[in-house]
Amino acid sequence: MIRYALKRLWLGAIIISVAMMMMFAMVYLIPGDPASVALGPRATPEMMEALRVRMGLDQPVWRQFLHFYGSVLRGDLGTEVLSDRPVLDVVMEQLPFTLALVVGGITWSVALGIPLGCIAAVRRGGFVDQVIGVLSVAMIAVPSFVVAIYSLLVFAVALQWLPAIGAGEPGDLASRLQHLILPSLAVGLGWIGYISRMVRASMLETLEASHIRTARAFGLTEHRIVYTYALRIAVLPTITLLGVGIGHMLSSSVFAEIVFARPGIGKLVYEAISVRNYPIVSGAVLVTTVFFVLVNVAADILVGILDPRVRSSFN
Amino acid sequence: MIWRTLRRIMREPLGAIGLTLVTVVVLSAVFASLLTSYAPSKISPAQRFASPSLLHLLGTDHLGRDLLTRVLYGGRVALLIALGATAVSLVVGVVLGLIAGYGPRWLDNVLLLIFDAVKSFPTVMLALTLVTLFGPSLYAVVLVVMLVNVPGYARIIRTQTLVLKSAEHVMAARSMGATAGRILRVHILPNIIGPILILISMDIPVVVAIEAGMSFLGLGVRPPTPSWGAILNDGFANIRDSYWIVIAGGLPIVLTTLGFTFFGETLRDLFDPRLKGRS
Repeated sequence: MIRYALKRLWLGAIIISVAMMMMFAMVYLIPGDPASVALGPRATPEMMEALRVRMGLDQPVWRQFLHFYGSVLRGDLGTEVLSDRPVLDVVMEQLPFTLALVVGGITWSVALGIPLGCIAAVRRGGFVDQVIGVLSVAMIAVPSFVVAIYSLLVFAVALQWLPAIGAGEPGDLASRLQHLILPSLAVGLGWIGYISRMVRASMLETLEASHIRTARAFGLTEHRIVYTYALRIAVLPTITLLGVGIGHMLSSSVFAEIVFARPGIGKLVYEAISVRNYPIVSGAVLVTTVFFVLVNVAADILVGILDPRVRSSFN
Repeated sequence: MIWRTLRRIMREPLGAIGLTLVTVVVLSAVFASLLTSYAPSKISPAQRFASPSLLHLLGTDHLGRDLLTRVLYGGRVALLIALGATAVSLVVGVVLGLIAGYGPRWLDNVLLLIFDAVKSFPTVMLALTLVTLFGPSLYAVVLVVMLVNVPGYARIIRTQTLVLKSAEHVMAARSMGATAGRILRVHILPNIIGPILILISMDIPVVVAIEAGMSFLGLGVRPPTPSWGAILNDGFANIRDSYWIVIAGGLPIVLTTLGFTFFGETLRDLFDPRLKGRS
């Protein structure tokens, strides 16, 4: 088990460093000198030179590259030029809002996806199964930004049941949750579909297993078999799926944050781009990527612990 | 052959809905100029924010442009980008997949690592970074689509190539002295076209969503080119007073993604159930 976990972690570390390499290449390739971009058109040559030295732009590429790696490993993502604050602080300030959105999306998708998948598996081949199947595909297909805008239009603008803008009053949990309902639905809707399909498929497979046959032979009710004995196993693949899902939800949260005018990483990057604030863009993208890779590694290791078959197939 | 396939698809309820939607979307994009008498970018200040009526079936936007016209012409943009970007990523994906599957072991490992690394970027973050670099344009959209799709295509092609590599007919060709290029072209490529076609029909909705999403954020095709995402963006700014603009922009996206997904799912279930695990 430890060998499997180490192997998976090592792969994660490689992926992160390749991602860092690409980030560095991007920042390096940006047309125009970062120093002149930062200082604006009215900067004097002396000011430019001073900032170039401070940013290390006078060094050869490979020195800059090593320096970039070193400082990222120390948790230093550079300084934001406008406010002179560390990039990491600015990004970390926004991260909780985005995480709340993703957790909300997971809540929606698990709370609705697992029951739908179970019902479809129990009624396999029937009308209910077909309806759930079509619904699941539809939820997967429709892009999250359309869901965000339409749900804003229906529930916030037309019916006025839920708030349209912002993340709620700080410190007021009820208001925060109320502001979370619609954006997190937009983020999680597609994954309701993915999870219900996954649970249906693995439930059908589990129901064929011999211990379920034994349970049937003992005369347990179908309800008890499905929800007590089979679900425990059928739900395992959902964990890996959610590992992938979190990455997609991070993507959708950009749209949800913009549509619902919520603070968060997506909105931060989007606004940084329009004012060409590159350190924020690369810092936020890097933090998101590292987070995504770590979640996937954690999901894989968790599945490895729960399901020994995965471990052996990895070797 | 094609007719038999279509008839089999029409027999499935999901396939019938999908094929109908796809046909409607494609035909309305192709014959856009016949279906409307307005020009897509003609500004008429007197007609600003007109709600849907017989004159303007879907209403007009903040510049008085007829929304139905923009939706129809936007379909051309969406489908052309979807086909073009998918074709480009397919070519790159097939070449890389063949190299990874047929080439030396170390190259295979390096390529797999790169695929994994590219996939480990959340899509929208990738798009935002690329636009920072190159500025918003059609090419940025195509580039994002490529980076999103190529790793997936290449992986599937690689797996199929690995399987075929040790198949008897390929062994026979190799023992008769066929070059690697000939083996790939004559013996391997024709055998992987089926799964590729199914993948394409499943990926078109994803590409349509990427184009519309980027245009919605103002990072895709430039105005005044009609794009469904751009209509959504125009409508979003006026969502409280002129709700019909977002409806006009979102509906074609919903119908197109649903249509192609239903169609692709049916195609896959009928012809290649093995691909089912890939989601």
